[in-house]
Amino acid sequence: MQGIAGQAPALKWAVNIAVALLVIAWMVPTLGLLVSSFRDRDQISASGWWRAPIAVEMTFRTRADDTPARIEGESWVIEGNVLATSEVAARLQGGGARVTAFGLTAREPAAFPAGTQATTRDGDTLSVRADGSYRYTAASQPTGQAPRVYFAALTPPDLTLDNYMTVLTAQDAERRAAAEVRGVGFWQLMFSDGGIFRNFINTFTVTIPATIIPILIAAFAAYALAWMEFPGRALLIAAVVGLLVVPLQLALVPLLNLHNRIGIGQSFVGIWLAHTGFGLPLAIYLLRNYMAGLPRDIIESARVDGATDFQIFTRIILPLSFPALASFAIFQFLWTWNDLLVAKVFLPSDDTSRVMTVRIADDLLGSRGGDWGILAAAAFVSIAVPVLVFFTMQRYLVRGLLAGSVK
Amino acid sequence: MSPLVQGLLTILVGVFGCVGYFYAANLLLDRVVFPARGPDQGRNINRANSVRPWLFVLPAVLALSVYLVYPVVGSLWRSLFNRAGSEFVGLGNYAALFQDSAFRLALMNNALWALVVPAVSTFLGLLIAQLTDRLAWGNIAKSLIFMPMAISFVGASLIWKFVYAGNPDIGILNAVRDTFGLAPVDPVQIPFWNNLFLMVILIWIQTGFAMVILSAALRGIPEETVEAAIIDGAGPLQLFFRIKVPQIVGTILVVWTTITILVLKVFDIVYTMTGGNFGTQILPSYMMSLMFRDDGRATAVAVVIMIVVLPVMIWNIRQARQEMR
Repeated sequence: MQGIAGQAPALKWAVNIAVALLVIAWMVPTLGLLVSSFRDRDQISASGWWRAPIAVEMTFRTRADDTPARIEGESWVIEGNVLATSEVAARLQGGGARVTAFGLTAREPAAFPAGTQATTRDGDTLSVRADGSYRYTAASQPTGQAPRVYFAALTPPDLTLDNYMTVLTAQDAERRAAAEVRGVGFWQLMFSDGGIFRNFINTFTVTIPATIIPILIAAFAAYALAWMEFPGRALLIAAVVGLLVVPLQLALVPLLNLHNRIGIGQSFVGIWLAHTGFGLPLAIYLLRNYMAGLPRDIIESARVDGATDFQIFTRIILPLSFPALASFAIFQFLWTWNDLLVAKVFLPSDDTSRVMTVRIADDLLGSRGGDWGILAAAAFVSIAVPVLVFFTMQRYLVRGLLAGSVK
Repeated sequence: MSPLVQGLLTILVGVFGCVGYFYAANLLLDRVVFPARGPDQGRNINRANSVRPWLFVLPAVLALSVYLVYPVVGSLWRSLFNRAGSEFVGLGNYAALFQDSAFRLALMNNALWALVVPAVSTFLGLLIAQLTDRLAWGNIAKSLIFMPMAISFVGASLIWKFVYAGNPDIGILNAVRDTFGLAPVDPVQIPFWNNLFLMVILIWIQTGFAMVILSAALRGIPEETVEAAIIDGAGPLQLFFRIKVPQIVGTILVVWTTITILVLKVFDIVYTMTGGNFGTQILPSYMMSLMFRDDGRATAVAVVIMIVVLPVMIWNIRQARQEMR
């Protein structure tokens, strides 16, 4: 290949840049979600996630009520700090904000730059400095509620786990704090119903048996199809290949009816059985291809030594087929974890048995459509496990893909 | 009983049940049914060996029959009955479907998906596979582009909801438009083009799959053919299109058909992004909207999907049989 590389260094650069651009294009959507999931909800709607490390300008409103008005010469004066009022402090947990501008009406919350003085229609004056300290003067004693102050402030990046805690427990920060006072800790909240943690557990509950059970059934069948001679073998293999592409949609109505008739109904048992059945063609196909490629000598010398088929299978084939078993296990795990269709049909749609994909698709996207921080955190909770499995087991996944389709 | 405990129990029952079945059935066959002793010793060993394969495949065959073969027949049969399943209507459901404009739209959209997604995914996959082939950091790049494969369609839809969001402070697409002074748009509501914006999500997921397989195929090309072409003075483009692509056409076809089959089944993206509104309905999501309401028509849609997949299925079986020879 020196021919190409030597021919044009410019080409090499072009390739590097092109690949870098493609990788960035592929990463940006996921990155956006990841960054958003850690951002404060006010900041999410105030500036794009790509500006998360930069201070965000947000507008606030508060009342000038730190101190009661006191007389100073001719006029009444209120002094204090807009950033310190409880209304603002609740939104600014990190601190370190700087006022850039202030205003007197909700329509123009940033009409005057910080440090200048504004005059109201009544002749009152207000000045707010960058550090938040303000001075309000009025000709007569203010009555009723303290005057409103609007201001814009640059708030430092605020990265929190708050979205995750909210989505896991289904209780926002305030209610979590209230529960803490009652003596109900975060862990207890997480295990009570309503939060997505419940759905997370449900997904695990569906996934693990649905991954393990088909492997054993398929392994025996694959061995028979690869190494045992019997009439109808070719037909069975053809049937398995055909069933690989049967659309699941076809199976939904008749199987649900069948489950209802035999009393399983919509339940975890039903979904385990369904996933087992739907995963079998791929399992048998992958394992048979792999087992058929094992060296004939090993199996025949074992036969000559008097090993039975059962012994050959459990002592020789099964250990040797570990890579193929791992490939299928990863496939099936990813597929059952990520599945929405089967879960929607074969599990009841109540809160105690919904899996994460159903919860996100039907519940969060519908009712919480605008709460981006919650959505991002929920998505990441559901994505984290498969992505982790993907990066640690990539080798087996690739091998399985190659065995499954390049043939 | 909590589902988690039930799950653990199921694993135990499933695993031990399977192992127990195979072990016990094997033992029964060798010791009781056809014991390898007595006058019929030789014949019994042969008989046992001819029964054994069936013992091994029996659970799989049973599961496949109940969970895949029976539903195919069951769906075909059910699609000939009315909504409640009480009255035989022949092909009435199909006739009603083809008169329904929503169904025709779904069929057209599905055809569009089946054309665009496999073509673009395969093309991009091939491009990236070739570009990263000799790159020092090629494996990292490939791994990152492959990553969306691990993400659920629901998760991917959510990720892209952020990209497409109408608020330029949330959606990066509209932020880019904003810097050029253009008004924000909602990509999933633009008639016709919204289909393409939804397809982008599936392409984003499937390109990694195409890339991994085609990259392996590119590696498998014999070096001599490439070297000979370089000696003969072929440029990089010629090398790629004249020497490499013709040698991996078979794999390209496999990738293409695999993605096509997938496209015909995916309902999650449309379901989560638009719910089938704004003219984005496709067959699988259309079927889901009928499910639980009109099983007769829902199964008829499923059968239509099956009919569309059928040619691919036959081709697959042919390929598999050729390999076995």
